[in-house]
Amino acid sequence: MQLIRTLQHPWQPQGTVYGNLLNFQREWDLWAPRMQDAPHKAPPQQPVLYVKSANTFNPAGHDLVLQDGVTEVDVGASLGLVMGDDGQVQGGALLLDWSVPHESYFRPPIKFRCRDGYLGLPQALTPFQSDWDKLEIEVLLNNAVVQRVALSTLKRSIAQLLADVGEFMALQAGDVLMVGTDCLQTGLRPSARAGDTVQIRAAGLESVVQKVTTVSTA
Amino acid sequence: MKHARIAWSGAVQQAVEFEGQLRITQGPHKGHLVSLDDVVWLPPLPPVPQARTVIALGLNYADHAKELEFKAPVEPLAFMKGETAFIGHKALTKRPADVKYMHYECELAVVIGRTARHVKKADAYDYVGGYTVANDYAIRDYLENWYRPNLRVKNRDTCTPIGPWLVDAADVTHPMALKLQTTVNGKVTQSGSTANMIFDVPTLIEYFSSFMTLQPGDVILTGTPDGIVDCQPGDVIVTEIEGLGALTNTITLATQRP
Repeated sequence: MQLIRTLQHPWQPQGTVYGNLLNFQREWDLWAPRMQDAPHKAPPQQPVLYVKSANTFNPAGHDLVLQDGVTEVDVGASLGLVMGDDGQVQGGALLLDWSVPHESYFRPPIKFRCRDGYLGLPQALTPFQSDWDKLEIEVLLNNAVVQRVALSTLKRSIAQLLADVGEFMALQAGDVLMVGTDCLQTGLRPSARAGDTVQIRAAGLESVVQKVTTVSTA
Repeated sequence: MKHARIAWSGAVQQAVEFEGQLRITQGPHKGHLVSLDDVVWLPPLPPVPQARTVIALGLNYADHAKELEFKAPVEPLAFMKGETAFIGHKALTKRPADVKYMHYECELAVVIGRTARHVKKADAYDYVGGYTVANDYAIRDYLENWYRPNLRVKNRDTCTPIGPWLVDAADVTHPMALKLQTTVNGKVTQSGSTANMIFDVPTLIEYFSSFMTLQPGDVILTGTPDGIVDCQPGDVIVTEIEGLGALTNTITLATQRP
């Protein structure tokens, strides 16, 4: 039964959006030598999650407006799994999970990840496809490809992620679980400043395109 | 006024406290009086059009920060929850079978009343719609030092009771001088005062609204004072805040489902 209303255009999440840290093998491997160090003292055993609050929802066609002294943002290209009413994934969406660059993963990242407009949304959802574990997402900065994100390199596969998260919280119809965002070989993420345009695209899914602007001081 | 959301007579009802009973304020039963014991209590939060933002504070009382062997933070230590962690008054909270330390946290919950962005501390109370009581359970066995406290500790299903009442801000004269108390099976285990918050409510609203927009119905859980103890299945936990009410919750053992 289709309970999620997709009539709303452009699409916006109906539930809570959860993000997922360190779920790509590349970033995990870069961190691995330091995971035993203080303050972490051990590698994470469970998914490292965060919430993208509703003030971050940035519908298709809107800019990311940098405010409050932020001049540079990291680009996180992710796939959001949208839950149906039966605990199964009903659809998906490419999501532009913007963040203020932060080196420490010790404390929760609200001020880095939950600023207004920091989740770029596509025009519409796409029905679930069982081959999303093989999806490749391209990240374009001003029309040049700067990153290719292969979901085949997820640390936790889509199925494993859903199982591990479901162990302690039942995702509700309309909730969105992102599979994570990858870094570059440097360990950093592509970054953008005012004037840049970022696009993320993948076969079979609606692209997300956002221009980065800044608050007018006029 | 003390507002409640309840399930009664086959539907969700809005009600207010009236002479020790609930008076329904909307719909076909408007004006009807119902006993406090004859309803199912839901989180006393108004419906919102998009996901409710729920911010929670860690280490926001000097004595609790000391108890947890941390230095008092220089800026608020805040994390977020999904709304589905909330349950109402007199509900059951699940304790996994394999854990050693699950504790309550009695917290003043601030419910935002109007859209807040770049709010100054001096104006912050104008943006508070009301207050309620929350019990922000934590399972310390699951703590990991990555985005700590991690969601498996703090965003578990059934682990954030809230209520029973949403009390209008206008009726809470001194929100920064309210006694808090928790009892376990009738014995007082935690007592404190909101006066001992490290970051008080106006400071928190100024801080969060300096980088994000808070909407009506969003919630800030403001942290808990000293005095946390382990809770076992069968324990009845009552978290109470002066003038706001007493929130009752019972721990039950989580059983494996097929």
